[in-house]
Amino acid sequence: MTLTEKNKKYLLTGNEACAEAAIQAGCRFYYGYPITPQNEILTHMTTRMPQVGGTSIQVESELAAINMVYGSAAAGARAMTSSSSPGISLKQEGISYLAGSELPCVIVNIQRGGPGLGDISPSQADYFQAVKGGGHGDYHTIVLAPSSVQEMADLVFDAFDLADCYRNPVMILADAQLGQMMEPVVFNKEYKPVLSKKDWAVTGADGRERNIVKSFYSVKGELEEFNAKLQKKYRQIKAEEVRYEETNIEDADIVLIAYGTCARICKEFLNKHQPSDVKVGLIMPITLWPFPSDIIQKVSERAQAILTVEMSAGQMVEDVRLSVSGRCPVHFYGRTGGGIPTPKEILKKISEIVSVKEKVTCTT
Amino acid sequence: MEATYKAPETLIDTPTHYCPGCGHGIVHRLIAEIIDEMDIRGNTIGLAPVGCAVLAYNYLDIDMCEAAHGRTPSVATGIKRVHPDKVVFSYQGDGDLAAIGTAEIIHTANRGENITVIFVNNAVYGMTNGQMAPTTLTNQKTLTTPHGRSEENDGYPLPVCELLSVIEGSRFVARTSMTSPKNIIKTKQLLEKGFQTQIQGKGFSLIEILSPCPVYWRMTSVDSLKFIDEQMSKTFPLGIFKDWDSQN
Repeated sequence: MTLTEKNKKYLLTGNEACAEAAIQAGCRFYYGYPITPQNEILTHMTTRMPQVGGTSIQVESELAAINMVYGSAAAGARAMTSSSSPGISLKQEGISYLAGSELPCVIVNIQRGGPGLGDISPSQADYFQAVKGGGHGDYHTIVLAPSSVQEMADLVFDAFDLADCYRNPVMILADAQLGQMMEPVVFNKEYKPVLSKKDWAVTGADGRERNIVKSFYSVKGELEEFNAKLQKKYRQIKAEEVRYEETNIEDADIVLIAYGTCARICKEFLNKHQPSDVKVGLIMPITLWPFPSDIIQKVSERAQAILTVEMSAGQMVEDVRLSVSGRCPVHFYGRTGGGIPTPKEILKKISEIVSVKEKVTCTT
Repeated sequence: MEATYKAPETLIDTPTHYCPGCGHGIVHRLIAEIIDEMDIRGNTIGLAPVGCAVLAYNYLDIDMCEAAHGRTPSVATGIKRVHPDKVVFSYQGDGDLAAIGTAEIIHTANRGENITVIFVNNAVYGMTNGQMAPTTLTNQKTLTTPHGRSEENDGYPLPVCELLSVIEGSRFVARTSMTSPKNIIKTKQLLEKGFQTQIQGKGFSLIEILSPCPVYWRMTSVDSLKFIDEQMSKTFPLGIFKDWDSQN
């Protein structure tokens, strides 16, 4: 199936949309290992890459996959791998090395329930792992959170540009729901990659000084200097790349904060089940790192309370609380192990926080 | 008067961090000589492992990339797939290749990945003070086998060339040593053959080099060479284990 017809809407799963977007963003090197619920990415890549002269290898392990990404990124190419939670844990060593060697690449995590083997249902329990580093050392990956199949495509284009721009790994943090469901998608036909000159890549030193891609510093002081450089880059990313969507936050009594699948559910709540006597707003972080702290701090100065909704036992809520810093109460509603919050449950939680006078009908 | 024997241009003129009597310096020089003689300096990308040779890029004046412990063949794969026209070699020690990186080396060979692997086997983890390696000989004393490697507790020395030679994707697999000028010349020939295998697009090649580690073998340099000739070569016999050319 070719998916390149102009302005055409294709009905795709989030996984397929994500894989096709990577190809259209110029990714020609993909390495993956089967794991549910992200198998459609590997399948799509093994079908499509040969059609565009690219490489897709089903590898022996997640370690091999992330390290092949490391190699192709070091060689100057756009490279990607994908997996789901247990597989992403295995990749953490490689992600730390990618960050330490400042190599651009895209890693997709279609999260499933954990810990351990968990299950294959939607989950957002890898938030800490994704935004706090995940592997060893002081580093961050840029983390993008799609909340629709269209965004599963759109954010992949952005991910490759951000990775190249900052020489940093970028993670797409989605979940089984977003990976498996089907929605119409239009691919960004006007897309022109923001291609940076990769004069640091290993390509053979013909006619120039040699290049070395490494993360080892053996001379005293060098590693501290390098870490200072990394932190400076992270400060720049925090200053320039924060993205979120907001709805009705100006005069909201309660502000919901949710990303990905939970953001969709909160949107649905706002559209169909909003109580008439309590004004509810919504902030949907699109970048989970850098985290949209400033807007959350701003709303916390006037809102009565904030309610964070997640498919976890409470992870992003910690970053929300850091942003709010005690200015207003921060409440949490979460489901785990494949449980998905419903608008009805959100309404119930809101009514526990503030008194909802009007009896609201909420059947879902 | 013209110099008939000089340092290879690819070898950077600097003292190495290697211990007295270590074999890495000689292997580095052989690689540099081959790169010069084949005139592939601008066309070659090397992979440095985790272990004693992590700083190989300080001595070889070519594009080089570091890899996580054992992952060198995967990183080499990622590079080679982007630049199939470049010469890509992976330089690895015994812990890196035969312990933590066993899956990577076997599957890289099995894919017939068109790279050359230089496997320096000195039967110990040198970088971390001489613990048992997968290639430590039975009864050999190391930091973590103070009474000698026990087959019951620690298993057997892992025969890498023998394992890889039965894999269809392997094209050239050989074991050599560095114990005499004759063996060093032989080693260079086998390394050349490895690089040629890749340049001719035939596929995966690996050259294992039995190399001395006098400091962690607790031996003099001379005794270390004797140890390789008299003991190590019995467990790890020298020779060509797979030569696709001669079989096809």
